[in-house]
Amino acid sequence: MEDLDNLKATELTLGLPGTDAPEKPSPASTTGANKRANEECCLPVAKKQVVGWPPLRSYRMNSIRIRKMEAEDNTGIYVKVGMDGAPYLRKVDLGVYTGYKELTEALNDMFKCFSLGGAEGHEESGYAITYEDKDGDWMLVGDVPWEMFISSCKRMRIMKGSEARGLSSST
Amino acid sequence: MTYFPEEVVEHIFDFVGSHRDRNTVSTVCKAWYQVERLSRRTVFVGNCYAIGPERVMARFPGIKSLSVKGKPHFADFNLVPYDWGGFALPWIVAAARLCPGLEELRLKRMVVTDDGLELLARSFPNFKSLVLISCEGFSTDGLATIATYCRGLRELDLQENEVEDHGCQWLSFFPDSCTSLVSLNFGCLKGEVNGGALERLVARCPNLRSLKLSPAVSVESLNKILARASHLVDLGTGSFAVDHRTDVYHMLMNSFPKFKSLRNLSGFWDASPCCLRAVYPVCTSLTVLNLSYAPAIQGDDLIKIICLCFKLQKLWVLDSIGDKGLAVVASTCKELQELRVFPCDIYGAGTTSVTEEGLLAVSSGCPKLNSLLYFCYQMTNAALITIAKNCPHFTRFRLCILDPGKPDPVTDQPLDEGFGAIVRSCKNLRRLSLSGRLTDQVFLYIGMYAERLEMLSIAFAGDSDKGMIYVLNGCKNLRKLEIRDCPFGDIALLKNVAKYETMRSLWMSSCDITLGGCKALAAKMPRLNVEIINENEETYEFEENLSDLHKLEKIYVYRTVAGPRNDAPDFVWTL
Repeated sequence: MEDLDNLKATELTLGLPGTDAPEKPSPASTTGANKRANEECCLPVAKKQVVGWPPLRSYRMNSIRIRKMEAEDNTGIYVKVGMDGAPYLRKVDLGVYTGYKELTEALNDMFKCFSLGGAEGHEESGYAITYEDKDGDWMLVGDVPWEMFISSCKRMRIMKGSEARGLSSST
Repeated sequence: MTYFPEEVVEHIFDFVGSHRDRNTVSTVCKAWYQVERLSRRTVFVGNCYAIGPERVMARFPGIKSLSVKGKPHFADFNLVPYDWGGFALPWIVAAARLCPGLEELRLKRMVVTDDGLELLARSFPNFKSLVLISCEGFSTDGLATIATYCRGLRELDLQENEVEDHGCQWLSFFPDSCTSLVSLNFGCLKGEVNGGALERLVARCPNLRSLKLSPAVSVESLNKILARASHLVDLGTGSFAVDHRTDVYHMLMNSFPKFKSLRNLSGFWDASPCCLRAVYPVCTSLTVLNLSYAPAIQGDDLIKIICLCFKLQKLWVLDSIGDKGLAVVASTCKELQELRVFPCDIYGAGTTSVTEEGLLAVSSGCPKLNSLLYFCYQMTNAALITIAKNCPHFTRFRLCILDPGKPDPVTDQPLDEGFGAIVRSCKNLRRLSLSGRLTDQVFLYIGMYAERLEMLSIAFAGDSDKGMIYVLNGCKNLRKLEIRDCPFGDIALLKNVAKYETMRSLWMSSCDITLGGCKALAAKMPRLNVEIINENEETYEFEENLSDLHKLEKIYVYRTVAGPRNDAPDFVWTL
């Protein structure tokens, strides 16, 4: 008997509870909010979005959130990688690679459809892999020890053409 | 009684302590009213907008202690907008003018400014005690003025306030001549602390019995302080994480055995298991232990401490204690009266969290248990029924099942019968918070049996207006009713309007109340403030154009003799 209700109940909406008024007949404020209660327990995602729930003081909520974020951080060092001319960016987990060679190979693979080709800084191909460090500066990938790189790399960009040639020939 | 001279009547009234009794006594006749008002020393104002400060001070010119509460309770969970109100300044101003003998001020959920604190510090020569709980709006500069001007200050107790950090020097503002501190609690401060100033302050206050430090106070500092304060009864440690290979750690290990009088321990910010060993020597005399800020301590380490605490009366822990740890509590802490179990994580049931089993164990092992706050992922009717039988003495029962609207996992039934058993069995229940899947039935039980209930918190519960009506028609001692996300509408709101004048306040958010319903309520009950809190910017500009059918997000209704308040922000409309 509850199944038909549940079908509607599993519908995700972004509205505040009680604002789906147009869809329910007037005496159904009872069923409406019951559905709301059903929604809450059928959708684990929904409970995260409920303001002021669970009823915990700010200090405790904040420390729970901080611990969760720290836990998530430890499960991968994902950074964005963009390439000039590519219509979308990619994300790589730096934690899975053991060194620059593996990383470059992976990037080659990822972006080969945009004709990256060749190893990093290869002059003929005219591409250089760069990264933004913690200070906000754009650096050439490969200069610093691998461990230092993965701890300071915020994101990467594969530069092409004349800019790249300038970088790779300066060594 | 009117044949007795006033001094005799006054002397008799000295024995009439409670606010309620004194209030009653003052209504007997004019003479008693006069004697009572002049001899009254303590006043408690549960809702700062229920009465104007001048009126209170004018009636009770001799008060030494004033307590005032501001924002609704749900402000603790960010349901009340930041600048809703609850300003302390008018109270401080009135007291400064009319009650200069004030010695103690306790404020809860109010906005206190540095200016207010300065006025307070300068206006009351006998001021002894300032307690601020869940307040905001002030900074360490305000604390500096308290330190500077309150000669003879005995107590400065800051609990869970939002305090802006303007530097660590406020502690140095306590003059060298300040030796009167008995209680100092600044656990909620986030900024740096001047260790040297703190140590010197503690050293020169021989009567210091209660000291609660903030997380910024290092273990090194703690060691120095403990060396000077061996008469402490109540200690809140600061940071409690230090490498066990250091001298600091060894000193810590040697500090605690000296404390013969220590009864309360709290703090333990980010405590590590090895540091916790330092407190083993004092566990056997502890009556209060709060480990709820130490998420790194796992169940096994908690158990090691708890099995030493056989005199414990009050325990606050995280749910990492697990059902297993609670079983140890049950077998060890036979004097336990209050238990609070907070969640370590709210994003999904961890492997170490608590269930109905843990609570069952405590209820059967701890016969004196009367106050509970329990966060868990599941609860069963069977467990609640047994708990009710084991513990008929509950005065406060707050159960929070983290998944809103979750039924009994064994029977898939709502928890009506379980909570029904609690209210039937616990005749002295004054405070109740419900959770889990609940129908109107539970409210029928509450209305019928919860005669002493004063405060009821409801979330994601009920099927219809009948639920709320059962509560309003029963519960004759109900003072505060707070409801969120329940299908209660105008019919329920308007069924028993006289009830609201017998209560302090009603909060309803995300229910089915309309503007028309509130207008009707306000029209019928002129001595209520019916406040509509409208955070939706699109609608409050067009106030006049809103139809009566418009659903209201948040309403706050309270009795008052002061009329609509004049400090309401734009988004609050008083009808």
